[in-house]
Amino acid sequence: MKSAVIVFPGSNCDRDLAVALELVTGRKPAMVWHKEAELPDGVDFIGIPGGFSYGDYLRSGAMAARSPVMRAVKDAAARGVPVIGICNGFQVLTEAGLLPGALMRNAGLSFVCRPVRLKVENSQSLFTSQYDSGEEVLFPVAHHDGNYQADEATLDRLEGEGRVAFRYLDAVNGSARNIAGILNDAGNVLGLMPHPERVVEPAHGGTDGRRLFEGLLETVNA
Amino acid sequence: MKARVFITLKPGVLDPQGKAIHHALEGLGFSGVNDVRAGKLIELDLAEGTKDSEIENMCRKLLANTVIENFRIERLQDA
Repeated sequence: MKSAVIVFPGSNCDRDLAVALELVTGRKPAMVWHKEAELPDGVDFIGIPGGFSYGDYLRSGAMAARSPVMRAVKDAAARGVPVIGICNGFQVLTEAGLLPGALMRNAGLSFVCRPVRLKVENSQSLFTSQYDSGEEVLFPVAHHDGNYQADEATLDRLEGEGRVAFRYLDAVNGSARNIAGILNDAGNVLGLMPHPERVVEPAHGGTDGRRLFEGLLETVNA
Repeated sequence: MKARVFITLKPGVLDPQGKAIHHALEGLGFSGVNDVRAGKLIELDLAEGTKDSEIENMCRKLLANTVIENFRIERLQDA
């Protein structure tokens, strides 16, 4: 699997994501700077990492979503290339219009940084095939703007179409219907606030995130 | 030519910052505040003749996230 990790000024989980991808795929991802207009040839997975791109100016993810590389990411997503946005990456994907809804300031106003329990709601997606439906997993979160909001019709559609991939088992940030991660309608774009790349080795205190990348690898190689 | 863009949260969208400000006002002893909503003000210095539709485009494409925010444009007379 040839993966690319997009790097914006202010990204800070790009290395973590690259390490997790290399661990699982055995291949170093290409690190692609936000000013690039094109992705490396033959990229079959794109990761948008966490961090504070552009210092969260205007709105979290707003500036990054309009940077040159995102045009190439949108084109790739439209061709069916799997794209994952983690934390700030999720914010970038909603701002870019690749996923519906918006991520607002946490309801409690505090930065939340702790492992949280999640329920895998959809185990059929190309990101979650290695999990059981309804399985409980533990991923860390670290965010200030993780409060997922969308209008009721959008939320109903997400639920009805099985596009809620992960849900918080406890109240974390005020997200509508405790949504932690969602898929696009084609199922090849996933955005989630929790960090699977931070739980891929026993030394991390857990390995629940590893299967997300393993599932992805299996799908891409299939 | 100058213009101001006021960006506000849509009605019904929860505003945690507005709530915190509201609580702080109450903590300072200001009674009679029914609700607080926080927004943004963006001032634009524009080329003469910039059309309203152009400013509106800026709002839709970047300045506001129309999933959760409304915007209002106010043109200012040159001083």
